Amino acid sequence: MWTSEMTLMMWEGTLETLFMTLLSTLFGYLLGVPMGIALAVTDKNGIRPNAAVYKILDVIANIVRSIPFLILLILIMPLTKLIVGRSYGTAATVVPLTVAAAPFIGRMIESSLKEVDHGVIEAAQSMGASTMTIIVRVLLVEARTSILVGVTIALGTILGYSAMAGIVGGGGLGDIAMRYGYYRYESDIMLVAVVLLVILVQIFQTLGMRMSVKLDRRKR
Amino acid sequence: MAGIIEVHHLSKTFVTRDADVEALQDISLSIQTGDIYGIIGMSGAGKSTLVRCLNFLERPTSGTVEIEGKDLSTLSEKELRARRAEIAMIFQHFNLLMQKNVIDNICFPLLYGGVGKKDGGKRGTMSKKDARKRAAELLEIVGMSEKAKAYPSQLSGGQKQRVAIARALAANPKILLCDEATSALDPQTTQSILQLLKQINRDYGITIVIITHEMSVVREICSHVAIISEGRLAEQGRVTDIFEHPRTKEAKELIVKGEGEGSRTLENRQRDLMKGKCCIRIVFSVNSSFEPVIANMVLRFGQPINILRADTKNVEGIARGEMILSLPDDVRIQEDMKAYLVERGLAVEEVDGYVD
Ligand SMILES: Nc1ncnc2c1ncn2[C@@H]1O[C@H](COP(=O)(O)OP(=O)(O)O)[C@@H](O)[C@H]1O
Ligand SMILES: [Mg+2]
Repeated sequence: MWTSEMTLMMWEGTLETLFMTLLSTLFGYLLGVPMGIALAVTDKNGIRPNAAVYKILDVIANIVRSIPFLILLILIMPLTKLIVGRSYGTAATVVPLTVAAAPFIGRMIESSLKEVDHGVIEAAQSMGASTMTIIVRVLLVEARTSILVGVTIALGTILGYSAMAGIVGGGGLGDIAMRYGYYRYESDIMLVAVVLLVILVQIFQTLGMRMSVKLDRRKR
Repeated sequence: MAGIIEVHHLSKTFVTRDADVEALQDISLSIQTGDIYGIIGMSGAGKSTLVRCLNFLERPTSGTVEIEGKDLSTLSEKELRARRAEIAMIFQHFNLLMQKNVIDNICFPLLYGGVGKKDGGKRGTMSKKDARKRAAELLEIVGMSEKAKAYPSQLSGGQKQRVAIARALAANPKILLCDEATSALDPQTTQSILQLLKQINRDYGITIVIITHEMSVVREICSHVAIISEGRLAEQGRVTDIFEHPRTKEAKELIVKGEGEGSRTLENRQRDLMKGKCCIRIVFSVNSSFEPVIANMVLRFGQPINILRADTKNVEGIARGEMILSLPDDVRIQEDMKAYLVERGLAVEEVDGYVD
């Protein structure tokens, strides 16, 4: 029997999932963008090569990315507690999600920036533009379509991670699917939660792609 | 006289993992204010490296580059950027910001370039409004006013290069470096871009350095030329002198190759020859007879004809010979000759000022 409580639960789960996903993506980008820029700029073919800085960021990114999310979730619990005040619940999940997302986002930003035609960078340099100007006025501008595609991918991925957080009582649709589907065998509830997750991913995907195409001035 | 650009014993070695590439060795050049200075050489000769050394986008391994008497290696990073604003550059692939429209592209050096920094001034001394005004003037100069709001992807190659030239002129440079600026363009467009460069040189007294692998470009607009071969300077001097008395093997090779290019200059000369003359185009195909038609015709009529162009083209897999002849002035003989050719199964058509 489907009850109005269940509808309410689904609605709250959806909101929690959105909250976790959007907030983690936001924080992920706050950390990942500078990291990605630093990676792209200090690379040996970048505009400010710096082998030491590149190597350090490279190693950090690789280490964090190779830790399975569930392990990361548990590993950084002390940090989570320090920041949020507790290590379970929706808000607490944002911390491990951000930590997991940042290097992944950094890598995507790095690769987007590296796609920018080197000739355009050279033209800016020939006009006397500084490194900072080139980053802000050339790299980020020319790469924006690719960066937006990255945002779409990031949202989908983080949404998926947030569902995993259900295992440790993180809240959201993933949590509902886990509790009802896995522990209580109420597969219809699980199914609804999963469908809602799929719909959310679809919405992000469609919006992101539409925006990136709309903002792209290259083909017309 | 000390030139606006003085290069002394410049060498550049790229250290790569596999080997050290000596891209430039002991190059010395002196370029005077107002020159249009060509630097020509085969692909891989080191031309791009040389031009990039002129604004220190590439730092020489040894030797010096002086711009208006100032050794670039003595400048701080900041001073160097200010200098670069006075040394504009255009490129083979235009290098415009693809996500910005034409007017914003031209505003870029005014808003974000090294201008104004030189005298300790802050960046962006120009307001956005003034920059746009200046950009509009520049668009006028390059004849692109109606494309102000277009994006680069909506422009042809020639139009993109015009925008790039407007952008290069924005900060009132004293020097314009052109790295293969016409190499991606067709002959007609090349011609119009070269004329624009010439006009800029004349009207604003901007010293122009032109990098190219095409002798026809040098012949068309350069006053001086340096020939670079395998990273070394083979020969330099006035274009007229080098054409008349090439001393080195490299110079001779390039001149011969230039003649064979069959491109714009030849075409121009051809057009001059065709002026006021009766010209016909004949086409041979595989089933044309093996008789030496032209030679026989000359013998038969006892009149000289001028072969303006002869060429074989591959049309849909079939080799076709094409010839453009200038006939004698006598109208009667012209008609007889045409009839003679038609009799022998050749397609004959009159042409005036033919376009390839
Ligand atoms: N950054 C670089 N690293 C290593 N080798 C380079 C680099 N840039 C150019 N070269 C080499 O230097 C030589 C000259 O190149 P370039 O100046 O681009 O020639 P051109 O413009 O005349 O075709 C080539 O052999 C090229 O491979
Ligand atoms: Mg080159």
